[in-house]
Amino acid sequence: MTGEAPRRRFRPVWPSLLDRTGPTNDDCSVATVSTGSAGVKAAGLTKSYGAVQAVRGIDLDVPPGETVALLGPNGAGKTTTIDMVLGLRHPDAGTVTVFGVPPATAVRSGVIGGMLQTGSLPDHLRVRELISLVASYYPHPLSVDDVLRLTGMGDLAERRTTTLSGGQVQRVRFATALVGNTDLLVLDEPTAGIDVEGRHEFWQVMRGLASQGKTVLFATHYLEEADAFADRIVLMAHGRIVADGPATEIKAKVGSRTVRATLPGVDLESLRALPGVTNVERHGDAVILSCSDADAALPALFARFPEVRDVEAAGGSLEEAFLELTAGDDKPGPEGLVAQ
Amino acid sequence: MSGATHVRYEILRSLRNPLIYGLSIGLPLVVYYAVTSSNRHAFVYAAGVSFPLYFMTGMAAYGAMFAAIGPGGRLARDRARSWTRQLRITPLRARTDYLAKVLAAYLVVLPAIVLVFLAGVTLGVRLDAAQWFEMTGLLLVGLVPFVLIGLILGHVIATDALVQVMGWIIVFFALFGGAFGSLFNKGAMLTFVKLLPSYWLVHAGASALHHGDWPTEGWIVLACWTAALIPLAVLAYRHDTGEA
Repeated sequence: MTGEAPRRRFRPVWPSLLDRTGPTNDDCSVATVSTGSAGVKAAGLTKSYGAVQAVRGIDLDVPPGETVALLGPNGAGKTTTIDMVLGLRHPDAGTVTVFGVPPATAVRSGVIGGMLQTGSLPDHLRVRELISLVASYYPHPLSVDDVLRLTGMGDLAERRTTTLSGGQVQRVRFATALVGNTDLLVLDEPTAGIDVEGRHEFWQVMRGLASQGKTVLFATHYLEEADAFADRIVLMAHGRIVADGPATEIKAKVGSRTVRATLPGVDLESLRALPGVTNVERHGDAVILSCSDADAALPALFARFPEVRDVEAAGGSLEEAFLELTAGDDKPGPEGLVAQ
Repeated sequence: MSGATHVRYEILRSLRNPLIYGLSIGLPLVVYYAVTSSNRHAFVYAAGVSFPLYFMTGMAAYGAMFAAIGPGGRLARDRARSWTRQLRITPLRARTDYLAKVLAAYLVVLPAIVLVFLAGVTLGVRLDAAQWFEMTGLLLVGLVPFVLIGLILGHVIATDALVQVMGWIIVFFALFGGAFGSLFNKGAMLTFVKLLPSYWLVHAGASALHHGDWPTEGWIVLACWTAALIPLAVLAYRHDTGEA
């Protein structure tokens, strides 16, 4: 129910926005890119900065209309990957295409809206002027007023860009990514520096966009964001993809709860047979159960072994999955700190 | 895509920059009045023109040089804010951006020149319409290298050092070009200053007075500077945008 609430509150806003896209820039002489074909496709991407291997051969496939989170700690190679998707960096090896064409072509034809990880706004402009300016670059922009309202900048439209707070700058940067009305949105840690409320509003807007069939690729190190918002999570660590699948699948893969209990002399095979249990270890009188579904395992444990004592359950968050998946990989070393 | 909106906002941003008014309009006007008021009847024999006219072109060139490098300063500020990087992921073409910046530079240069000319008129400079137009035209042509120098510096110099560096570069060109009065009348140094684009900027006044006395040498010097600076600007752009 709570998960549904934002969608419902959002709906009245979005259709009105779609009806009122801004004036078409008819004189746009842009190459036509068929957005019906594959969204973002990357194969064997590698990128090094000197001796530092930021991205070590990744394959990425974001079908049109899907929302994919690139999740990983700092130094995982997320930003380098996104820069290559946007054509800002050239891969050392491997290929990347956006809607079937090279990134630079896609950028020129106005099908990509992007929000980079860092950056501020040009000076000597008002907020509305800046959004209008960026809108003028795209063939079919949204209405500037709607974008201002959507990003909560309506009241600040006449403010100079240099007088805004950090959170407001971030909203304007988001607005400049949105106003192009592009089929693909690529956002690099878009909610960094935004407070909890602002973050909530941000994802409400993004849900509306995703429901309109936009393709969204975003990087984040907020596990809850990736979990709550993405159709799919691509987990990166040390320049590699260590897991790729629906958020639930990634949780199930390693997000096992560990159940500890005191159960002397028990037959391990009968424990292993319990529903939701994937592995069992014995440490003296204690047993440790790894569970893919602890909700099923615990009642079964109590029913089958009423004498069980000292039961503790731990883990199971995406955070844990994250740590488990990334810990086993080769160590980042000093380069991990700068690979972003 | 249409560059009209981009051009409009480039001009708007130029006009909203207070430095423009101080350096490219205020400073030359103040210096012009201060120096010329007491020398309004003097004559510059080397150039063959009256001192008010001679110093008018000098100060117009001085102010115009500051106005011409303005877009370079804006580029550096946008670069420091990573805005140039953001622009690279929009459909805006680099050449549209550059054309807009050059156009904006010239639209800001014009009032800077015209105001110094008006000051000249108040101190007794009299030319016919053709001469005014010719002088303005020659100044605008002579500014091309300075627009390019501004853009190159905007790509390679950090913002906090930029005002210093640009200031000294302009003062160097203005001083040796003769904007404050010609420094050399003969010898190797004259040969040297004649290789500076600013020499020909300052020379625009004398040329206009003598109708078309703008030697081929002037065209060659300006063309060489422009031809040398364009590849440098391309290099600076490539260096700045990393791997593009």
